[in-house]
Amino acid sequence: MFLINCPYCGERDQQEFKAGGEAHIERPKQPTELSDDEWAEYLFMRKNIKGVQFERWNHAHGCRKWFNMVRDTSNDEIKAIYKMGEKPPSQ
Amino acid sequence: MTKNLRVKSSKYIDETNRISFKFNGKTYRGFKGDTLASALLANDVHLVGRSFKYHRPRGIMTSGSEEPNAIVQINPGTNRTEPNVRATEVEIYEGLEASSQNCWPSVEFDIGGINNFLSPFFPAGFYYKTFMWPASFWEKYEFFIRHSAGLGKSPTSSDPDIYDHQNVHCDVLVVGAGMAGILAAKNASKNNFKTLLVDEKNELGGSTIFENNEFNKIDNKSPSEWLKKEIEELKGIKNLEIKTRTSVAAYHQYNYLLARENLTDHLEAKYKTNKIRQRLLKIRAKKVILATGALERPLIFNNNDRPGIMLSSAIKKYSEFYGVACGSKNVFFTNNDSAYESALSLYDKGINVEAVIDIREQSESKIVKKVKEAGIKIYWSHSIVDTAGYKRLNSVSIMKLSNDGTSVTGSKISISCDCLGVAGGWTPAVHLYTQSGNKLKFDEEKKIFLPKQNTFDQISVGSCGGDFKIDEIINNLNQMLKDTLNINKTNLDNIKVEIDQENSKRNIWLLPSDKPLGKTKPFVDYQNDATAKDIKLALREGFRSIEHVKRYTTTGMGTDQGKLGNMHALGIIADTAGVKMGELGTTTFRPPYTPLTFGTIVGRNVGKFFDIFRRTPMNDWHVENKAEFENVGQWKRAWYYPINGETMHQAVQRESKAARESVGILDASTLGKIDIQGSDASEFLNRVYTNAWSKLAIGKCRYGLMLNEDGMVYDDGVTTRLGENHYIMTTTTGGAANVLGKLEDYLQTEWPELDVYLTSVTDHYATVSLCGPNSKKIIKKIIPDLDLSDENFPHMSFKKANIGNIHCRIMRISFTGEHSYEINVQASYGKDLWEKCMDAGKEFNITPYGTETMHLLRAEKGFIIVGQDTDGTMTPIDLQMNWIVSKKKYDFIGKRSLYRSDTMREDRKQLVGLLTDDPNIVLEEGAQIVSELDQSPIEMLGHVTSSYFSPNLNKSIALAVVRGGKDMMGKKLFVPMENKNINVTVANPVFYDEKNERLNA
Ligand SMILES: [Zn+2]
Repeated sequence: MFLINCPYCGERDQQEFKAGGEAHIERPKQPTELSDDEWAEYLFMRKNIKGVQFERWNHAHGCRKWFNMVRDTSNDEIKAIYKMGEKPPSQ
Repeated sequence: MTKNLRVKSSKYIDETNRISFKFNGKTYRGFKGDTLASALLANDVHLVGRSFKYHRPRGIMTSGSEEPNAIVQINPGTNRTEPNVRATEVEIYEGLEASSQNCWPSVEFDIGGINNFLSPFFPAGFYYKTFMWPASFWEKYEFFIRHSAGLGKSPTSSDPDIYDHQNVHCDVLVVGAGMAGILAAKNASKNNFKTLLVDEKNELGGSTIFENNEFNKIDNKSPSEWLKKEIEELKGIKNLEIKTRTSVAAYHQYNYLLARENLTDHLEAKYKTNKIRQRLLKIRAKKVILATGALERPLIFNNNDRPGIMLSSAIKKYSEFYGVACGSKNVFFTNNDSAYESALSLYDKGINVEAVIDIREQSESKIVKKVKEAGIKIYWSHSIVDTAGYKRLNSVSIMKLSNDGTSVTGSKISISCDCLGVAGGWTPAVHLYTQSGNKLKFDEEKKIFLPKQNTFDQISVGSCGGDFKIDEIINNLNQMLKDTLNINKTNLDNIKVEIDQENSKRNIWLLPSDKPLGKTKPFVDYQNDATAKDIKLALREGFRSIEHVKRYTTTGMGTDQGKLGNMHALGIIADTAGVKMGELGTTTFRPPYTPLTFGTIVGRNVGKFFDIFRRTPMNDWHVENKAEFENVGQWKRAWYYPINGETMHQAVQRESKAARESVGILDASTLGKIDIQGSDASEFLNRVYTNAWSKLAIGKCRYGLMLNEDGMVYDDGVTTRLGENHYIMTTTTGGAANVLGKLEDYLQTEWPELDVYLTSVTDHYATVSLCGPNSKKIIKKIIPDLDLSDENFPHMSFKKANIGNIHCRIMRISFTGEHSYEINVQASYGKDLWEKCMDAGKEFNITPYGTETMHLLRAEKGFIIVGQDTDGTMTPIDLQMNWIVSKKKYDFIGKRSLYRSDTMREDRKQLVGLLTDDPNIVLEEGAQIVSELDQSPIEMLGHVTSSYFSPNLNKSIALAVVRGGKDMMGKKLFVPMENKNINVTVANPVFYDEKNERLNA
């Protein structure tokens, strides 16, 4: 059970949060310009890395804010947390 | 008359407080402070159970939670009964009843014991091999296995006890209150760390408080005396909380631990009532200090499982702590010095110790010398090759061990005895450490697995960290405490320790016998009856991974998770396969450390608290008027309102007719409601719905369809424009929370530039829906000054009004195709509004209807229900709702996906109407649809999604999804059922009032 440091509320138990998949996948600004393959790449393809992964999390049962997390999926170490729109920390 | 083996008064046993209890129906006596195990041993009862596979008689082996054999059923036949309880952990109380498990008809005469003599036929993997063929016989085998196997009986009635959960936060959690734990807790709390010390036992002090080795001294006192003073000083430290009878079950990441605090199990029944039985502590600790100690290992030799064979340390504890001698003629079998302490403990109390059999060549420590001086015979370099005694040990046979330890030589000596103490060295209790996700390292010299590392927020101290000698424990603990707590002084700095402890040990995982292995029974896992020969067989059959061997032989898979024998299993595998133990790895210890009852896990979340019910403000009215309810998500919704003993079908037919012929009233309060405000609200709706929203006038309503980014229908509902920058969106009842979550996601992450604010107001409003040609007359009566003309208040528009002095929002919208209104008021006025409408509608025979009628009425109109007629694979095109997909908008959620090759396929499943050729046959929802009956295999074209008998059309109607269905209008298809094939025809899904004339009726 993680202890997650919500950038708006502080440290809270994992059960207040919802994981939202891979981070930094921007919705294409002009979807109609994309080929089926390009759209499928956005729609379906996710990395699911063993190791350091950038993820979206939502403080669903708290402030309802979305934020980003850098997590090592091999040992669940949370390496960094930063707000939406902020630059990811350099590895 | 049973023997009394009470040999010493102990400060932990209250001999003035006699307690009677029953075991297997017979009454015994013990004292306050006894465990079930110590009380039985005091009554000379060793035989307490039968083994799982061979039904061999088994006795008490240990004095703690690692017990594999003495597993009992507590209070059998009552609603408080609990199976699989370790007799070594049960504190006795007046009236306690316990019984053996896994034996029939009794532990003394057990029919399953015949398996013992058939044992050559029960090798490793027996069940896998035997019951594979023929596959169809599995059900018969399963019946047989389930009846002959099984540890204990589950209670058959509900648990009368109360359980609780509690969140606990602390700076330092110390697990285990032995010497190391007590010193750690004391230093942490005295340095201003908020500290919690937990121990599974009812007394603090671990094994040190009954330490009897006179050659060990701390500050010139015996360690037990010294530690008692330290324990005394814990009282009154204000930062320190101590919880005994509290066992840590699980250690998760980020120092999140679950512990079970036992509050009433040791009390008489009359003190249990209305008290919390157990509390699950959910502990979040900044730092965790593991001081979980070590478990003594047995030795693995032929027939090492008879009642009377125990761990040497357990014999010492029963003697020193409980004042009980486990036997009157005792023998010890050891590979290290610790058995000599146990031998002396008995000798000092005048109990006969026949011999010590030591596989080492010699030992020169003071305690060994003292045993020699006491005249106790020591057999060096000897091993036990066999034991005798079916229900109680009566002798052991020993032989000289060869130099390499692989065989025995010379003549056999038989020693008569009734109790054998076995000492195979110590295994650090690293279970919790590994649960926390950390790795182990193997110490080749000590033959133990140790924590690989201490981290800034977790340390292992004392013997669980690999320190067994008092001086090592105190020195290393001192340094670790300073490092981890960042302090420079402790009360351990000037302690003087004298010791006589030798680590000398001769480790042989599997001791040889004069008989070949195949003719012996050296048990490795007592609870699951796995022997060393099973492990060797598994290796011969090609198993290599420790995890595979474990599953194949079931070693370590009992409720004790093999706490005693796992190391030997690993050792035997390593020796046989010729690999180093460090390279073999270990099996995984999983939570819980000791079993938890379900009650503790669920806590207060039982009965009506199991899941949350949501009730509408009008709920009481529905209950008073005998509505039947259905669950929709967490909501309790009125399903139908039977009168005069109507069946559901009769009630729904009556309600449906009334709603179309006069007026029906529906509680629609559960619909999700999201308040949307901000200068970009219209643009936002444009992006999330498939249709256009910018031109919706203030005061107008519009139906919207929401897709996922993959183009599939996600939710639908009517949204009303309340003002220039203000909308109220309705969602499906079940989808409300998810829709809000999804919209927030887009707003916060994709479109942060939009000025839009979302607020869930589902619970803030009660909604009454009036439906039917007389609905207008009711509104007229309750809001006389509202102009209800079609010009002023047309279909799909909204008005603010007052009913008396209650503000309300009225939408003229319809989910049934009838002239309808939805009135929204502040939730607390919901019931009042409902009753007003009922009163006003009396003259029109207003009919309350529930969700079933609502579903029927909308099906007559071919309106979909998201989640019933759609399943996450339906696009709006599949639903034949092309009209709602804007061609002009550049983008909306899911738009691009509607032009993927897959979503444009012509042969996708499409929503159609179905009419049965026989109008009285109602199709089953979920039934498959085919076009050919003679094919094999038969091709499924789709399935029925909604089906009803329509009282307004007087025939059966259905909605279905059918592959290529939109081009099948009028085509004959079949719905094959178990006993018949039903002929159906594809039809327009709008069955009723295709021209929408009723809306303005
Ligand atoms: Zn938050």
